[in-house]
Amino acid sequence: MKKIFLPITSEDIEKLKAGDDVLLTGRIYTARDMAHKMIIEGVKDRQVPPIVLYGSTIYYAGPTPGNPPKVVGSCGPTTSSRMDKFTPVLLDVGIKAMIGKGRRSAAVREAIKRHKAVYFLAPAGCGALLGSKIKSARIAGFSELGPEAIYELEVEDFPVMVGIDAKGNDIYK
Amino acid sequence: MRKVSAGAITELVSKLCIESNTRLRSDIRRAISSALRRETAGRAKKLLQMLLDNADSALKERIAICQDTGMAAVFAEIGQDVHVTGGPLEAAVNEGVRRGYKEGYFRKSVVASPLSRKNTGTNTPAILHTDIVPGNSFKIWVMAKGFGSENKSALKMFNPTVSEDEIIDFIISVAKEAGPDACPPFVVGVGIGGTFDYAAHLAKKSLLRKIDKKNKDPKLAALEKKLLEKLNKLDVGPMGLGGKTTALGVSILSVATHIAGLPVAVNISCHATRSAYGTL
Repeated sequence: MKKIFLPITSEDIEKLKAGDDVLLTGRIYTARDMAHKMIIEGVKDRQVPPIVLYGSTIYYAGPTPGNPPKVVGSCGPTTSSRMDKFTPVLLDVGIKAMIGKGRRSAAVREAIKRHKAVYFLAPAGCGALLGSKIKSARIAGFSELGPEAIYELEVEDFPVMVGIDAKGNDIYK
Repeated sequence: MRKVSAGAITELVSKLCIESNTRLRSDIRRAISSALRRETAGRAKKLLQMLLDNADSALKERIAICQDTGMAAVFAEIGQDVHVTGGPLEAAVNEGVRRGYKEGYFRKSVVASPLSRKNTGTNTPAILHTDIVPGNSFKIWVMAKGFGSENKSALKMFNPTVSEDEIIDFIISVAKEAGPDACPPFVVGVGIGGTFDYAAHLAKKSLLRKIDKKNKDPKLAALEKKLLEKLNKLDVGPMGLGGKTTALGVSILSVATHIAGLPVAVNISCHATRSAYGTL
């Protein structure tokens, strides 16, 4: 079981192999379909995105609101393939890791390999369990999107599995 | 003639929204435990155990089992001697969903228009189905249907002379296509017959049945057993990473249909398959 402290470094990524179990501690940003679309359109218009993308870890998730005082409650992964068409551009602007559920396209696999990034799988359907690993949360951007907003999450020992490593090895192949 | 108030309906629906999202159904829990006992692959065992731990965590912390608290699919079976008072039934149900999703701190996952996509902020409207039956009973089932699984559902209008094997192959292929995105192990709801839309309705309704309860029709019970065996040979497993259990159960509902048709609908549901039942 590897423990990684975010932001993830190139050295961390180099050591990871598809299928490895990893515990992540540090900052991750949630972003789903609409947030991806808005970031990409912003990037194309040379607009500053609401978060620092370079070096970041993106989590494909739309959490439930938290039981007060928590900001978020249940927070498991959504289907990654819906974000496939946006991912190569985000990798171009420097995101280092993505967390989601399910397979990615060949184009995404190639882009991960090219940029030496990594794709993690979070345990699907385990929203309550994963929610308990979120120590704090705040809305970082696109608040008008409600559950689809960009949330900045501080996580501790967030359990993931390497889905696609920097060499392009895919756990689903 | 029995009176049932809109207020009571709202309160019941609200309670069922919260229950369905926080308490894993006992038949589903038993099926996952059973799958865990049967499983030999290390990773699959670990993932199945996580599903049980997750369900415990959700119940204890009073949070949603899954962040996709879904669109509310509400099934109301109403005796024709019941008189609903104090407001329209549909409004009472929607108010119940709004309240349940607010008090449960669940995600608001409904957009008013599929094309313009503005979130309603209330997780309403619900999708309400009503069956009017003889008598004066009032029964409600609330299903929290997430769209990871819903998006993998499919329907085919078969020729009436198709073989059972072709129907089986179709159902298996839908589950195989669903893969990791629909959060296996699945519960597979099948609707056979009726009209194009009714087959789909039956497929969803069949998910309300406890999966360890045998189908009353022996032919359908045999087909369910055959499908379950074939599904579990697919080696999709939890998160699509392989395993002995790809489906926790298969439920079929079948009704009369046209001489020229054989509609078959497959509603894929995930390993949470959340629903709750109550009466007034």
